Amino acid sequence: MNWIITENNNRINTNDIPTISLDEIKLDFCKLNLRLLAFFGKQEYDNVRLFVVLSDDKNGKLYITSTLFDKNVKEYESFTQCYSQFHNFEREFYEEFKIKPLNHPWLKPLRKNQDKYSFFEMRGDEVHQVAVGPIHAGVIEPGHFRFMCHGEKVYDLEIMLGYQHRGVEDVLLKGSSRFNNRLMESVCGDSVIAYNMAYSQNMETLSDTKIPIRSEIIRRIALEMERIAVHIGDMGAIAGDIAYQMGASIFGVTRTLVINTMLEITGSRFGRGLIDVGGVNFDIDEALSSKIVEMLEGVAKTVDRTTKVMLNSPTVISRLERTGVVSTETAKALGAVGMAARASGVDIDSRFDLNDKWYTSLNLVKPFKATGDVYSRFKLRYKEIKQSMKIVKALLTKLSETKGDIKIEPNLKLSENSFVISVIEGWRGEVVHISLTGANGELLRYKIKDPSFNNWYMLAMAVRNNGISDFPLCNKSFNLSYCGNDL
Amino acid sequence: MLITLLNIFILLIAPFLMIGVIKKTKAFWAGRKGVSIFQPLWDCIRLMKKTSVYSKTTSWVFRVAPLIGFVSVLFASLFVPLANGEAVINLQFSFIIFAYVLGLGKFFALISALDTGSSFEGMGASREACFSTIVEPAFFIALASISALSQNYTFESFKYILSEAGIYGYLLIALMGVTLFIMLLIEGCRVPVDDPNTHLELTMIHEVMILDNSGIDLGIITWTAAIKMFLFEALIANLLIPLGLPIISTIALFLTIITILSIIVGTVESAIARFRMTHIFEFIFIMSLTALLILALVTYRLYGN
Repeated sequence: MNWIITENNNRINTNDIPTISLDEIKLDFCKLNLRLLAFFGKQEYDNVRLFVVLSDDKNGKLYITSTLFDKNVKEYESFTQCYSQFHNFEREFYEEFKIKPLNHPWLKPLRKNQDKYSFFEMRGDEVHQVAVGPIHAGVIEPGHFRFMCHGEKVYDLEIMLGYQHRGVEDVLLKGSSRFNNRLMESVCGDSVIAYNMAYSQNMETLSDTKIPIRSEIIRRIALEMERIAVHIGDMGAIAGDIAYQMGASIFGVTRTLVINTMLEITGSRFGRGLIDVGGVNFDIDEALSSKIVEMLEGVAKTVDRTTKVMLNSPTVISRLERTGVVSTETAKALGAVGMAARASGVDIDSRFDLNDKWYTSLNLVKPFKATGDVYSRFKLRYKEIKQSMKIVKALLTKLSETKGDIKIEPNLKLSENSFVISVIEGWRGEVVHISLTGANGELLRYKIKDPSFNNWYMLAMAVRNNGISDFPLCNKSFNLSYCGNDL
Repeated sequence: MLITLLNIFILLIAPFLMIGVIKKTKAFWAGRKGVSIFQPLWDCIRLMKKTSVYSKTTSWVFRVAPLIGFVSVLFASLFVPLANGEAVINLQFSFIIFAYVLGLGKFFALISALDTGSSFEGMGASREACFSTIVEPAFFIALASISALSQNYTFESFKYILSEAGIYGYLLIALMGVTLFIMLLIEGCRVPVDDPNTHLELTMIHEVMILDNSGIDLGIITWTAAIKMFLFEALIANLLIPLGLPIISTIALFLTIITILSIIVGTVESAIARFRMTHIFEFIFIMSLTALLILALVTYRLYGN
């Protein structure tokens, strides 16, 4: 066996992970035709072990294997030249371990040494460069964008990130684990629940902690509420970018209703402090539950009406349609994930694909759209909001049928020599957390992959051949995370 | 004397209130309370108290451009009949002077934007210049036709259209109104052509050209832009005010029409999204079309039968 096959939130022994050669991995990747989920290294004494995780989205399985780089080996033939999915992963691997992927077409700094970054340049009479950032006009995170334009038309966009690199993965390995839940909530501030949930599930699997059913349901309710709130906010932001005032203001108000309800549940509008390893800190009682349902019904009405008015407006449609198109082929080739991938017709959603029983038991159809333009990302958000509302209501009913604790004291001792993958579908896409423990149950490596890590390149592709004045709109329609990418 | 003072007051202060009314209208449609209609005035006064900061790459052009723009707009306003229905200077073919004096101000705004060496401002300048090029011929066709009809080559010719009784008069007013309204949206940098509220440098037209201006310079520029927009509203008002009214009624009617126009601009901004940059040209061509229709109507009126 070249690969060990496992599932989401499943503990496996590190010694069971096969060690095969790079050529075999390459051959198998071609043969298996699966999606790359993670590709990261780990220092083992003087050598470096490279882990490759693939996701079989149809059957809900994860394939894991590894290869060992001897300390003398400082280069290898890159995967990216054949499969563009590896592009960012290989850059990351090179940056961390200085093992060079040969013939990598785009081997540039990812998070560190940004002053050595060399931009792609076009030359010609009427070609001009536009440099945007790292400080932007709005109150957003830092990132540098370099456009190669011919008049108003964009030929190429290059995105340089890394300004937010904080060394999150390393911080996790040091110090007490008591504060890690709070730390996880700040990795990517718009996906508080998704990050914290992925971390907590990972730790619970590592320590064999079985959390109460009630807390499992409450976590998912919070996750869907987060999705609803951010999606509504994004729809408002898209309306704002095209100067459609009505949409911007109404969606803005509606989002507040959702996050204020989150405030009532957890004491924080973004759900900070809700989840801990071992369960959740706040219960949802009957009164609160009916309040949530009532809020959702009101929000649903407003969102329905506003979306309808907006999408019936010709000036809006003319801005959204055929702007920033990413074809299904491109999205697949880039390994795009999450909401943006589904808007381009790639039918993946880890909530359902990886068999989360709380979702699969609801008999829902994954919504997706195939046109891949801003319109489809807008419309898909609307569909996902509606679906998430259904899910929250169904989960609240299930919650009322259960009784008991919401939290148990977690087992602090982690299993030894273990490898756990936790995948959570946040509103932006899959948040992947992988942990590896050593012989005494100590955490040796913690790897985080944000959906933005896959999708930033998708934005660069979407902007090609569009007007430069449409870039902010495309950008907002993806709404990718800078800090999630930079970690 | 009193009337002259009132006119000066209206010219210098009313533009801020006009912007204030537009903002209030937008706030109303968005379900917000909105800021006071005097806020644009307070904002400008606040800017006037500050000193300007200049980048090292800019030259004297950047420093004089705001003043030249301001003076050019004031000079152009001499040819437009304001509240009392009379222009200060009644020179034949004054609409040509009007257009090119404004053009001078715009030219300096453009080269001052280029002077900063910023790629954003360069893009803004190129967009602004491009739109002006298409607006210009339409403006002249429309104005020349109207003037030919009344044999009066000033803006006062507007008033004669209303007395040109019957369907022609009303048709001409409607067409001229549309032409000037589109021009108002373009020159005033309003939605759907430009978005005065956006923070996105890449989509801006007018706002991006003044990104490097600050303090008193910025105050003068906002003042200039407001007065310029006000002049176009005044032109539309002139279409609708008949000759021979008592002076008080003329002033009241003038101010009412300005207010209504501002509310219309605010409502348009609230109701539709901004056009895609490439579609703005199609929008401006509507103006060329109405101008040509005016020409056809006038030609028929003068030489038909």
